[in-house]
Amino acid sequence: MQQQGGWFQRLLQAGRGHGGMFSALLWAVGLLSLPALAFGADVAPAAATEYRDIPYIGSRNLVWVVAQLHLLLAGFVLGVPIFAWLCEVVAWKTGEKRYDKLAKEFTKLLTSAYATTALFGGILLFLLISFYPKLMNYLTDIFFPSFIVYCLLFLVETATLYLYWYGWDAMQDGHKKTFHIFLGFMLNFFAFFIMIVPNSWATFQASPVVLAEGSDIARAWAATWNPTWWPVNIHRLIANVVLGGYICGAYAGIRYLSARNAEERDHYDWMGYVGNFIGVFGLLPLPFAGYWLMREIYQYNQQMGITLMGGFLSWLFILQAMLIGVLFLGSNYYFWLGITYRIPGSELKYRKSMLSMLIILLLCLGVWMTPHSLVASLEEARKMGGTHHPLLGVFGVMSAKMTVSNLMILVTFMSFIMYWRAGKEETAGWAKAAKALMSALLVLAGIAVVVLGVWGYFVPAIIRINYFSTSQVMIVLFVMLTITPLTALLLKSAKTTTEMVWGKMPPRAGYALVLNAIMVILLMTLMGYARSSSRVHWHVYGVLRDSSQYAFSPALGYAAGIMALNTFLFCMIVAFIFWVATMSDKAKASHS
Amino acid sequence: MGGSLLKPVILIGVVYAILKFVVPNIPGSAPLPASLIFLYLMLTTSGIVIFATLSGESKDAFWNPIQRFLTGENIGGLQVLRYGVLLLFPLMVGWQTYSSTATSDAPPSENRTIHPAPPGEYTGLSNPVPKTPDTIQQGKGFYAAFCSPCHGGNFDGKGPAARGFNPPPANFSDPTTIAMLQESYLFWRIKKGGVGLPIEGMPWKSAMPRWEVELPDEWIWKIIMGEYDGAHQAPRTWE
Repeated sequence: MQQQGGWFQRLLQAGRGHGGMFSALLWAVGLLSLPALAFGADVAPAAATEYRDIPYIGSRNLVWVVAQLHLLLAGFVLGVPIFAWLCEVVAWKTGEKRYDKLAKEFTKLLTSAYATTALFGGILLFLLISFYPKLMNYLTDIFFPSFIVYCLLFLVETATLYLYWYGWDAMQDGHKKTFHIFLGFMLNFFAFFIMIVPNSWATFQASPVVLAEGSDIARAWAATWNPTWWPVNIHRLIANVVLGGYICGAYAGIRYLSARNAEERDHYDWMGYVGNFIGVFGLLPLPFAGYWLMREIYQYNQQMGITLMGGFLSWLFILQAMLIGVLFLGSNYYFWLGITYRIPGSELKYRKSMLSMLIILLLCLGVWMTPHSLVASLEEARKMGGTHHPLLGVFGVMSAKMTVSNLMILVTFMSFIMYWRAGKEETAGWAKAAKALMSALLVLAGIAVVVLGVWGYFVPAIIRINYFSTSQVMIVLFVMLTITPLTALLLKSAKTTTEMVWGKMPPRAGYALVLNAIMVILLMTLMGYARSSSRVHWHVYGVLRDSSQYAFSPALGYAAGIMALNTFLFCMIVAFIFWVATMSDKAKASHS
Repeated sequence: MGGSLLKPVILIGVVYAILKFVVPNIPGSAPLPASLIFLYLMLTTSGIVIFATLSGESKDAFWNPIQRFLTGENIGGLQVLRYGVLLLFPLMVGWQTYSSTATSDAPPSENRTIHPAPPGEYTGLSNPVPKTPDTIQQGKGFYAAFCSPCHGGNFDGKGPAARGFNPPPANFSDPTTIAMLQESYLFWRIKKGGVGLPIEGMPWKSAMPRWEVELPDEWIWKIIMGEYDGAHQAPRTWE
């Protein structure tokens, strides 16, 4: 690291002790010696500063925390508009005002959340410029055209957000509402580009494409369109929807637990349901996007792929399996509690199905969480003949993981369908045939996913990756895209036997919603660390080496501590944003 | 104690017995490490709690006996057992804390990374030797001469010298070993041997020789072809 200016500071400190006389003398000497600079002009300039540091915390830790918080906040401010806009469209199409109210309640958060995100973005930029000038110079040289595009996007996004929020009440009827919906769409449209432009900077660091020649725009464009750019874009877009949904759920859960009257309990119970639904809606395709991203990383560079999936970072994926498993269990638990408490009398009907689904989920999770190399004492490893278990070792590879993740998605989807159909009696003449078809589809899909998973062990890796895994995904998507419209059609003419009762959920439902949100945030912090650490000792993989004192990967336990800290800080920030945004409403409510 | 509580206790006991005594006795299996048994028992317990709390009635049936037992409310003859549990529990926590912090001569847990990332210079390599029946046959011949004493004539890691090594030599016929890797990875491993492993691969734990001092690169590439063919596996490729 370059140390500069220390002698000057010591001189100034010495000067302070003499009433400023020394400083004045120094200035005078400095002015008089200015002509001497001309003689020294041909002396080699001091080497440029490459890194700076701060004591105690360390520059890397500070950048890590601020970057992660910025990313989580960005996920929140990009996820919430999607969530709010979807709710507004539902309200617009169905005429259900409560969806509009919900959309507005969440858009209100955006102004303060947006400012906080920008604030953290600004802090991050200053920290990066200060601590990593060499890296920032390099990135600026390549990406400055997209820096300008990013600034322009911010301007239009901000203007659209102001119009969308402040125009909410003024644009409620007729064509004005249509225009407001259009503004919501544009808000999300610009937000999408605000997300993908910085994604190109981050993904460039992992999978750089560097043109030695060409115009500035050509170089920036080549660097932007790097191998992992689109996989990360899609993965983050879906993850933001999940984050927005589950945070809405957590907010509803907390408000539900602290509700003072039946009206509040009804409203926040319903809000919790919507948040969980949108979270699950995003969660179902998320593993597919993650798989695609990992495939691209592995194909881009074997070293990086193995570092992540087989090397020292592979333990992160066991932690990831645990967190995703809790998320799946939490979401299904919430659905099942909904069937039991919101639709009285349904519990007996569905209890056996719930037990079956729970057992499948747990078995799948057991497989997903089984590492390839097990943690074992020396004695245990000796008995196993190494750290691979001869029988259960087969659970440790991708064929098994892909199979069980697809099965868990299928089960969660069925939980939702079960919830949807509970309390209703199909009256259509073809209902029996449709239900038989749906059951057959589901069973066949489950069998096909398992057969492909087992078969995957006996074919070359490329056949498994390109054909079997994608077929598993296609089968699950086919089931979802077939059963959803079929159920909707079936329920169109169905008779409601039991009305949905809101506000009767037990407190543990609220806690389940909070748990889900925390799991998503922890997951994002975990994967943020994985993505960043996969570059190991490179700022830009294979191009610009990290030569700072922090050019090493922190131990997993240490990293887990920072992840937990980031999760805690983000929860505090979001709680603050909610508190500030709802302050005036509470004041109004207490006055009326 | 209520029947609702007895069933979960029996279930956990049965799962433990299966993992501890049944699975290791399946042909080709081995005892499970404690970490894995703990993981599966945690999953079982989570499942029990989730299912038991799905409705108010089932939650009460599950939780009320625990609450009654812990508070000592109308438990009759179980009072002695309650005092026993209340005394034993903190003692067990104390013992656990002591045994996890006390100095021990037991070696640390094994967390060796079996397939660490290869150095950058090996990642882009492809096999320069044309894949023909002749070259494969030559590769198998070299394999028989240099590798089979440890990795076995059947490519299953059971060569005559294998029993002398811990960890044992890799089993190439297992679809979770070389089938997951590119040829360049095997080239690195054969060329540099155990001493060429990075720290997370624990180079001190591998007896694999550094074959670059004895074999030319071409022979190594041929051995790789022979290995894949003999083990009936295919290397990871992207085409």
